[in-house]
Amino acid sequence: MIKLITAILTALTTGAIYALMSTALVLVWRSTRIINFAQAGQAVLSTYIGYEVTVRTGSFWVGVVAAMIFGALLGAVIDRFFMRPIFKRIQSGPILMIAPVVATLGLLGIIQSIIGFKWGLTYQSLAAPVSTDGYTLFDRVIAFSPFNLLVVVFATVSMLLLTLLFQKTNIGLALRASAHSPEIARLSGIKVDFIRTLGWALAGAAGGLAGMLYIPSSYLYPNAMDVLLVFGFVAAVIGGLESLFGAVAGAMLLGFAISFATSYVSEKLVFPMAFIMLIVVLLIRPAGIFSKKKGRRD
Amino acid sequence: MRLSPELGPVCLESTNLMSTNSQLLSIKDLSISFGGLKALNKVSIEINKNEVIGLIGPNGAGKTTLFNALSGLVEIDSGVLEINGTQHEWPKPYELIDLGISRTLQGVGLFPELSVLENVMIGGSNFARSGLISAALGLSAKDESKLKARAMTALERVYATGLANRRADTLDYPVTKRVAIARALISEPRILLLDEPAGGLGPQDIEWMNSLIHNLSSQCSVILVEHHMDVVMSVCNRLYVLNFGQVIASGDVESVRRNPDVVAAYLGAHA
Repeated sequence: MIKLITAILTALTTGAIYALMSTALVLVWRSTRIINFAQAGQAVLSTYIGYEVTVRTGSFWVGVVAAMIFGALLGAVIDRFFMRPIFKRIQSGPILMIAPVVATLGLLGIIQSIIGFKWGLTYQSLAAPVSTDGYTLFDRVIAFSPFNLLVVVFATVSMLLLTLLFQKTNIGLALRASAHSPEIARLSGIKVDFIRTLGWALAGAAGGLAGMLYIPSSYLYPNAMDVLLVFGFVAAVIGGLESLFGAVAGAMLLGFAISFATSYVSEKLVFPMAFIMLIVVLLIRPAGIFSKKKGRRD
Repeated sequence: MRLSPELGPVCLESTNLMSTNSQLLSIKDLSISFGGLKALNKVSIEINKNEVIGLIGPNGAGKTTLFNALSGLVEIDSGVLEINGTQHEWPKPYELIDLGISRTLQGVGLFPELSVLENVMIGGSNFARSGLISAALGLSAKDESKLKARAMTALERVYATGLANRRADTLDYPVTKRVAIARALISEPRILLLDEPAGGLGPQDIEWMNSLIHNLSSQCSVILVEHHMDVVMSVCNRLYVLNFGQVIASGDVESVRRNPDVVAAYLGAHA
């Protein structure tokens, strides 16, 4: 029983962090049709900024805000001064397919090198704002702490706010319209370039938050978020890449699959389980298990 | 779903097809080339307030290219744009609405995963506060409810209020045409560019579209690109006939219909 509860709670915690990363990837994909492999670098650099602010102010929460703001600004700058000029020059041909992958992988390398120069390759630790000691359940300590609870709450609130922004506001409508058809959105008076940059900024903020919530349970180093990028990508593909709901649901499914596989079968199944899920989804439902079917006609 | 039978009378307001001679928009000597191909060659057109003008011509004559130039979708080689007698820069696509111009597309261009209401609201994005901070603080709620009301009014004008909550990809083709026009109307344009509004419609729906265009001309000017000659002849005050990127004839419907160059180039098959 304890094992089952622990597996569920661990799944919720890891799923919540994966959800923030997969959401960041989906936000950029929807607004620019780019899989942003640099997201791991952006998130870890934002976390370093959050780490520095936390150390200087003594407040984890000020650090979280700093990481999110820096993440948003970095995302906006990357789109405005890196991605947009590249895609203005590349309009067609086979390079159009390759350029986003090469550009974002190159950017990932550049960001991680900058981090290496500034902070070195050593592991830093970031203290959590609340206890990381597991709760006691039926006289046994479980692998779910007040900090894990905080992670789940923060990730859930962030997702709800993003959903409200997308579904209930005019700017969310512009984000959805620009993602689907930039040309028609422009003709409708929407400044699509600004909206795309906003997508990158929101993704950057989500990445910064993911980093600040992940690092206290791990260590901070230049490649710290690479694993999260992989899981976030797998979750986004499982969810169909197009919807925030799909990204979150895919992340939760992945979190549960990995947690149960490692709890009940073997701890070595973390990566195999993720890729098994990815391959199964691609074989059975390549558009993602939460991709919408065409609606009813008259 | 068909357009006409259940919709009741369309012409709620009196039609006004008479030109008032107050020039609203003028394009002078517009030239556009794609590589070596001259798509438009010194084309000049003008439209007056509450006037419906038709751009006709064979496929590839340059009609949609002219719309695209006016919408900022293609780069021009040369040409002068005047709105209300004042010279303007050629607009970027997102500036079109602010200039009082709206357009529909040949391919309808609805956002399939959005509701009909949301599709129409997108056309009025300029009328709502859209800042991220105002959205986050809930300050934009009032603007958004006003925008919804405007969208409902636009849907009412095309008799589609009952479809407001339907997803766009569940609509039949004739209905999507109506929604696309509602999206163009929400910004209350002074000039409406309609790109083949009757394309793909059956006879009853075409008749309904005729009535709608007649009605619209009491509120704005309309530039119409259309292959259905019945529609063109029935709703337009004046015509410009394009062929190989040049205006080969212009004037009222009757004089164009009798123009031998036009008959030879285009109308021959229909005359």
